[in-house]
Amino acid sequence: MTARTLYDKLVDAHKVCDLPGGDLLVYVDFHIMNEYTSPQAFSGLEAKGLKVWRPGAHLSVVDHVNGTRRREGPDEASKLLISNLTKNCDKHDIALYGLGDPRQGIEHVVVPEQGLVAPGMLIACGDSHTTTYGAYGALGFGIGTSEVEHVLASQTLRYQRLKSMRVIVDGGTAPGVTAKDIIMQVIKTVGAGAANGYAVEFAGSTITAQDMAGRMTICNMAVELGARAALIAADALTEAACRNKAHSGSHRFSVSDWTSDADASFDREVVINGADISPLVSWGTSPDQTLPIGSNLPSEVDMATPAAKQALTRSLGYMGLHEGQPLKGLQIDMAFIGSCTNSRIEDLRAAAKILAGRKIADGVTALIVPGSTATRIRAEAEGLDKIFSTAGFEWRPESGCSMCLAMNDDVAMDGERVASSTNRNFEGRQGRGARTHLMSPAMVAAAAIAGHITDVRDFAEKEG
Amino acid sequence: MATIISGKAAAFAQPNVDTDVIMPKRFLKTITREGLADGTFADLRFTESGEKRPEFVLNSADWRDASILVVGDNFGCGSSREHAVWGLRQLGVDAIIGTDFGGIFYDNARKNGLALLIVSKAVRNKLLAFAGDLETLQFNIDIAAKTIKAATQIFEFEMGQTCQTALIEGKDETFDTLKLAHKIRAFESANPNATRLIVNK
Ligand code: SF4
Repeated sequence: MTARTLYDKLVDAHKVCDLPGGDLLVYVDFHIMNEYTSPQAFSGLEAKGLKVWRPGAHLSVVDHVNGTRRREGPDEASKLLISNLTKNCDKHDIALYGLGDPRQGIEHVVVPEQGLVAPGMLIACGDSHTTTYGAYGALGFGIGTSEVEHVLASQTLRYQRLKSMRVIVDGGTAPGVTAKDIIMQVIKTVGAGAANGYAVEFAGSTITAQDMAGRMTICNMAVELGARAALIAADALTEAACRNKAHSGSHRFSVSDWTSDADASFDREVVINGADISPLVSWGTSPDQTLPIGSNLPSEVDMATPAAKQALTRSLGYMGLHEGQPLKGLQIDMAFIGSCTNSRIEDLRAAAKILAGRKIADGVTALIVPGSTATRIRAEAEGLDKIFSTAGFEWRPESGCSMCLAMNDDVAMDGERVASSTNRNFEGRQGRGARTHLMSPAMVAAAAIAGHITDVRDFAEKEG
Repeated sequence: MATIISGKAAAFAQPNVDTDVIMPKRFLKTITREGLADGTFADLRFTESGEKRPEFVLNSADWRDASILVVGDNFGCGSSREHAVWGLRQLGVDAIIGTDFGGIFYDNARKNGLALLIVSKAVRNKLLAFAGDLETLQFNIDIAAKTIKAATQIFEFEMGQTCQTALIEGKDETFDTLKLAHKIRAFESANPNATRLIVNK
């Protein structure tokens, strides 16, 4: 038998049949919905007189629009999205982790927490960061609303097999370097969109040394490379992470089935040295516009083409920066810790370690929104909420996407600079005119204390 | 759905235009697909007080009615929101020519009759120039032949068969798939693992 990649094994295992034109019909083991990309799918289903193929295979969560200070949506339109989802789930007999449910939270934090993901699964969701599940050796990918309707009606998707890329990160990393820095380094090296049309498998000793939270951070943000799927081979750690969860009993798998064969070949391979990675900060409006803390911003003279020059000017203009300026020392207005990239208990602990016994700078508004209700409760049991509040962070009592996309009332104002543990620094992402700098949760904590973008390693040293 | 798309092309060369920029979040709080034309590129088209920004190409008198866009690399990256595609259609965009597109955006497009044409960087740059020139901004796209005619020259583009068929026939994929219901059921009985998970309510 020819050697196969993990990606190929996952696709093959879910193939229902071939379709004309070379595409496949693939079976979706599990499908997740949120309140803002599902309404038109349900109404489409109803308009066509179709019913849900297998209601037990779907989960809905409320996470994108809800407020985090109090339970409901911040405005009437948000309330309508939430009540509409509730109505649709009732009508079609679909599980809903709504507001007030102890299992509620950001979809990609909730799913692993509840043991709904296991190696070998195919998981779809109307959200691009569904790549997160690759951390478990599962094939997760984002779909649009028309495809949400298609999955509801048929439990399948029409699928085009992707090309394969392997990103190998090897060797130890320096202190202060986190999973967030690893994936930001990959995006910086390969380029935003460089993995359009690819499934990316992460391998190498730096990757396997990451805990599950770190692996999820890496697979989550792989979509910023353009990857439609991100994968890490299943191992003993994956297996352990699938145990003792609410849905653990639903899965039968053997982790050794969900790895690439040793001699499998990839269409593209990228090798990165773990030792070359420093804590990174994004400076522009695309996730590959990233530099090690301690660098100066690029200059026009470094740009190879007129188009690159133009892009640089536009990004600098939007971000209120000038060429050659040092990254360190940029004054921030806000600090945000949250999002499906970095709001798990491990992320909260890492930030709390920096904040313990310190205070955030005057004039900085700092928010922490735990990724799920269960994460918040666990963090409170560990006393992390006290550390955050004493330092001056607002510890939000409800969880959700919050200022990752600012669809609720957690929004940065025009021109405000935000140190953020999120995944996208696009124009307007955190508010119209808001200026986002992506970094690890510990780096956000350090920036909040200093009042400007700074090197987390200075803090760790003082502590030592 | 016709196989020929002809109309004015507009040049919009900015790279990495994400779906947040195509459809800002404040327009996403809706449970229908309608009413999204005004939201499309809203922050590029309008100032905060609602005035048209003269520098945005679709605000200029000559390109206001463009139905084809020639775009920068990695157009449509980011969020999965299909609202971006609905909005582009409602704004009157029939085709977009670029070097590569965000994957989910690419799939969403064909389901809504939006043709995404992939060309090389060199061809894209040429087409950007043609689209930016009043003499040559009229393009003619043949989906079946996979060609773009611009300034009397013919360029080929890439498009998978699924996409091509979807655009030409405009059939509903859900109904087509449900014709294969027996195969889906056969898969389910042969793969007990695939159906084992039932989400706790
Ligand atoms: S936290 Fe951000 S990236 Fe993650 S699902 Fe929510 S909005 Fe999307």
